[in-house]
Amino acid sequence: MLTPVFESQPLIQFRSRSTVLELTVNNQPGVMIRVCSLFSRRAFNVEGILCMPIDSGGESRIWLLVNQDRQDREDQRLEQMIKQLLKLEDVLDVQRHNADHKVFVQLEQFFRPDRQETHLLDDKQGLRFV
Amino acid sequence: MIKRTGAQIIIHLLERQGVRTIAGIPGGANLPLYDALSQSDTIRHVLARHEQGAGFIAQGMARVSGRPAVCFASSGPGATNLLTAVADAKLDSIPLICITGQVPVAMIGTDAFQEIDAYGLSIPITKHNFAVRSAAELLVVIPAAFRIASSGRPGPVLIDVPKDVQNQMVEFAAWPEPACPEPFPDFAPAAGERAAEMINSARRPILYLGGGVIHSGAGRLVTCLAEKASIPATMTLMGLGAMPMDHPLCIGMLGMHAARYTNLALEECDLLIAAGVRFDDRATGKVAAFCPNAKIIHIDIDGSELDKIKTAHVGIVGDVGEVLETLLPLVEPNPRSEWLTYVAQLKQKYPLLIPDAEDLRTPYGLILQAASLLDDETIIATDVGQHQMWTAQVYPFRRPRQWLTSGGLGTMGFGLPAAIGAALACPDRTVVCFSGDGSLLMNIQELATAVEHNVNVKIVLMNNNSLGLVHQQQDLFYGKRIYASDYQSRVDFVRIAEGFGMKGYNLSASDDPLRTLARAFRERGPCLIHVPIDVNEKVYPMVPPGAANKDMIGGEAHAHARV
Repeated sequence: MLTPVFESQPLIQFRSRSTVLELTVNNQPGVMIRVCSLFSRRAFNVEGILCMPIDSGGESRIWLLVNQDRQDREDQRLEQMIKQLLKLEDVLDVQRHNADHKVFVQLEQFFRPDRQETHLLDDKQGLRFV
Repeated sequence: MIKRTGAQIIIHLLERQGVRTIAGIPGGANLPLYDALSQSDTIRHVLARHEQGAGFIAQGMARVSGRPAVCFASSGPGATNLLTAVADAKLDSIPLICITGQVPVAMIGTDAFQEIDAYGLSIPITKHNFAVRSAAELLVVIPAAFRIASSGRPGPVLIDVPKDVQNQMVEFAAWPEPACPEPFPDFAPAAGERAAEMINSARRPILYLGGGVIHSGAGRLVTCLAEKASIPATMTLMGLGAMPMDHPLCIGMLGMHAARYTNLALEECDLLIAAGVRFDDRATGKVAAFCPNAKIIHIDIDGSELDKIKTAHVGIVGDVGEVLETLLPLVEPNPRSEWLTYVAQLKQKYPLLIPDAEDLRTPYGLILQAASLLDDETIIATDVGQHQMWTAQVYPFRRPRQWLTSGGLGTMGFGLPAAIGAALACPDRTVVCFSGDGSLLMNIQELATAVEHNVNVKIVLMNNNSLGLVHQQQDLFYGKRIYASDYQSRVDFVRIAEGFGMKGYNLSASDDPLRTLARAFRERGPCLIHVPIDVNEKVYPMVPPGAANKDMIGGEAHAHARV
């Protein structure tokens, strides 16, 4: 049984304090763990992560939803995180987007507590998790 | 076509890279690699007695040469034992290539005998790492590892190679070229001009020099800058040797165990020229109170160091040497006599107190008397603790790479193997390792390695039968509740050394300790010089952890006068 884990905050409110990062990385084994490990050991929250190969598969794109408020010290911390990301050998590029970037907005339907839409989609694609 | 096994490829690429000494320990999962190494005519293997020792021996070689050094370990415990030395190299930016054996590819993920995820474990403590899955990859991975370890800000690279990949035979057309460090990043000339303007208009500037100056080989240039514009210079623990300690503009090490006048001068400075430093907490004390009146010029090869702890008014990402080459012609000569006079007065009023400088039975006396018997060619290594701080405070370092110490990680057990590595890389030099009994016990097995290779390492052991810095903090900050920091039994280190086949001297039993010390230094080969010291000796001054640098305790002239 797979049970999604939810933040107690509503998604919209939560997104208002977030930023979306778009990383282009070498599609090497372990590249996701490198990125996640970097955020974790520097005590910077990652709220969401998506990773898929792009083009012919030599590179991947990683989307990160990071918890961050542009007004306070977190902004400086995020700048530091981006510099640290760019030091990773397998990270080729980092772009910063606003929290309303549609990549995570479109995903929200899969992360609702009642999971109705999720079930519908799953049924259509012949996938199911209970 | 060339036909080789993975193991042969690794060894030949290391030979082509100019590697002449490898420290390591063989085991089940790296036996093919050792078999290939046994056929090498140019690489000497140094068998350590613990993988951590192998890692620090390689560090010693890398720290004195500035070039990547190599160590080998087998899978499982071999790899985990190596990790402390790898983490140490990461924090001090030391170029290291660690090649670990791994269980065969088909067995990965099955909890096989001596299987451990060396790749996953080493991600946070390496600059980069590789999990190799085919012998052909090695033709790319080995040169890449050398390029990464030595480019920009140096650091350790770990390569995990499964046993079957070591045995796999592959054909290829040509050997890859040996890797070189990448060129340094360009920096905007405008930033250099702004920095020069700030230096020219500053009234009370101070140079703050770190390990980056050593890595860059920019010692001569920082000295030129200091002299041209009359700028006092302070050094971090990692920066010692960047400028001669006896240079009139040198104001010694800053931070937690700085001389009072050094920290007080930093309080007054109006421009801090930070070169190859990372504003480490042991140097800055409470950051908000560090150099409260200063603008900051920060030069570093690693852009992520700029604005990490302190926001710079001018930040330049580049090699310290290259940046200073540009900066120097733009800086105007300036006698700055008012500021230099002020600093000289501070120094006179709040000097580093060195009681009993002549007495070999005291820590400072021992270090200074040892220094009087040694020349600038000597390499000084330390372990971690009180002896390390005393040495950093008073040893007259006069050149870069003369000083090997574990700065960022502060690893007890660093000293002996690092000294062995230094002696292997520089066989014509004497290497003196100041150590403490707590530290020495953490890698004492490497006495066997030192004897086996007859390295010219002199261990000067300050024995207070305790963990001295812990003892000091418990005494000062924990109500004198000395707990778990004093050893209940005594070790006879001279006999231990002799048991390993090493010469041991006990200075406390000598009628003429200075002569005994001189003889120990003069005779070629390894030896241990045992010096009992008082457990109540303290490293002063001391900035309490978390306090501002101006709030030092101990080491006051009037307090001393009262005694």
